[in-house]
Amino acid sequence: MKVLVAVKRVVDYNVKVRPNSGNTNVDLANVKMSINPFCEIAVEEAVRLKEKGVVTEIIAVSIGSLQSQEQLRTSLALGADRAILIESNQPIEPLAVAKCLKSLCEEERPDIILMGKQAIDGDNNQTGQMLASLLGCAQGTFVSEVQVEEGAIAVTREIDGGLQTLSLKLPAVITTDLRLNEPRYASLPNIMKAKQKPLVIRSVDDLGIDVSPRTQLMGVEPPSQREAGIMVADVSQLVDKLKNEAKVIS
Amino acid sequence: MSTLVIAEHNNKQLNAATLNAITAAKQLGGNIDLLIAGYECDVVAQQAAIIPSLNKVMVADNCAYGHFIAENIAPLIVDNAHSYSHIVATATTTAKNIMPRVAALLDVQAISDISSVLSEDTFKRPIYAGNLIATVQSSDPVKVLTIRGTAFDAASAQGGSVNIETLDQVYDLGITTFVGEQLAKSDRPELTAANIVISGGRGMASGDNFDLLYKIADQLGAAVGASRAAVDAGFVPNDMQVGQTGKIVAPDLYIAVGISGAIQHLAGMKESKVIVAINKDEDAPIFAVADYGLAADLFTVLPELESQLSK
Repeated sequence: MKVLVAVKRVVDYNVKVRPNSGNTNVDLANVKMSINPFCEIAVEEAVRLKEKGVVTEIIAVSIGSLQSQEQLRTSLALGADRAILIESNQPIEPLAVAKCLKSLCEEERPDIILMGKQAIDGDNNQTGQMLASLLGCAQGTFVSEVQVEEGAIAVTREIDGGLQTLSLKLPAVITTDLRLNEPRYASLPNIMKAKQKPLVIRSVDDLGIDVSPRTQLMGVEPPSQREAGIMVADVSQLVDKLKNEAKVIS
Repeated sequence: MSTLVIAEHNNKQLNAATLNAITAAKQLGGNIDLLIAGYECDVVAQQAAIIPSLNKVMVADNCAYGHFIAENIAPLIVDNAHSYSHIVATATTTAKNIMPRVAALLDVQAISDISSVLSEDTFKRPIYAGNLIATVQSSDPVKVLTIRGTAFDAASAQGGSVNIETLDQVYDLGITTFVGEQLAKSDRPELTAANIVISGGRGMASGDNFDLLYKIADQLGAAVGASRAAVDAGFVPNDMQVGQTGKIVAPDLYIAVGISGAIQHLAGMKESKVIVAINKDEDAPIFAVADYGLAADLFTVLPELESQLSK
């Protein structure tokens, strides 16, 4: 069984992002970049499936700038077998990413496509669903448990009211939630080995897909800040404030 | 211009989140129709038919839609989408699962989690876990939108009377089978709809200690939430998680107990009207967003709070 894992290069989750000087976009100058944490979980799950003997080949894919090779090398160090970078110098929207991935899926014919449920930059939470839609295949989103069966895969999804379990016919797209697994750290020997694994770079233009943006970013601003509050001395004062000043309890 | 709102429900009850989407639809302008896809959901249609802002209610009642399988509901929505300029739903896990699938079928770049409508094609939405707000303009002919429920007031639920139209299209792609679900049963209000929320973090130290919160919640009529740390530690189930990847809440009163205040948690609650933080670490970042802070041991504070509230 073959797995395709999509990974995205994003601003590291520890970085406090700011608007640029003109408030036209996010200031990405000299900011630490990492693999999107949800994508890392997707890679880890693919590797675990391979370790269980369910999966024979893992292909890591990223769509973005040439620097995304770093995140693909990370994926290779974690256990992916080979990698493909679809190079695009323009920011590329989820729909266009899904179209690129669809094109690769038609070439590679993976049984399972794994990716993070969202990237922590745009927080869109769309690409997996869009890919499944374009492929006309099943989707398991926000997944916290995966069980491969004969010709199908059972997934447990984190939904608003609790958990839902679905059985998906293969091929299927799975998007990972936080509790699916805890990714391992790549060992030094594996990081060295990853440098020898194949990484193919292709241009987005070669895929013949229209990736022109459908939305325009008009500006970026910090959210409204809360005024600093006060410290209370004890529970009596807290209850008094809530009753008589904020009037939120009676 | 007209908007199709996708109803959120459980086949028995229209979810109040639907009313937030209707408010967003009103700000877009034009007629608003509501689409209900479910199974044996007639009572939901009856509840929807008295929402004053609507033009009509459409109901697709079939077992293929009973568990809100995106693969089946997305083509149904697309089949009924042709006359609308906007398709809108509140960003629940159900809508987040379905709407991008709809958008891809329509060849549209969806816009997620809108917090403000500036015009029919321009919207504000949080990015980077709410650390920044982006303004985006869509050039697609149809706008597929999810809205952040807490950013829009609920439209009034009754006083109207509109026609219910039955849709008989059945899409059952047969690629996804519902196996089961474990839904939290609680007499307390739902997290996203509660006026008061009390949440516990890693500082609660165990799941059993959440009883201290439940007792206070029951006195206040509050919902109980948790930080990711508390969920990851196994104290409570994931559906209680408040934060960037959990639920977004904006109650009148939010009480954070033993929560340090990671940005991912703040992203889920900082729009609350009044925030109380109880934490023994007086340097915890949660105090920077709190209206009232109490730096003390929660195991002393909570029983005292419970007894003072019962007076």
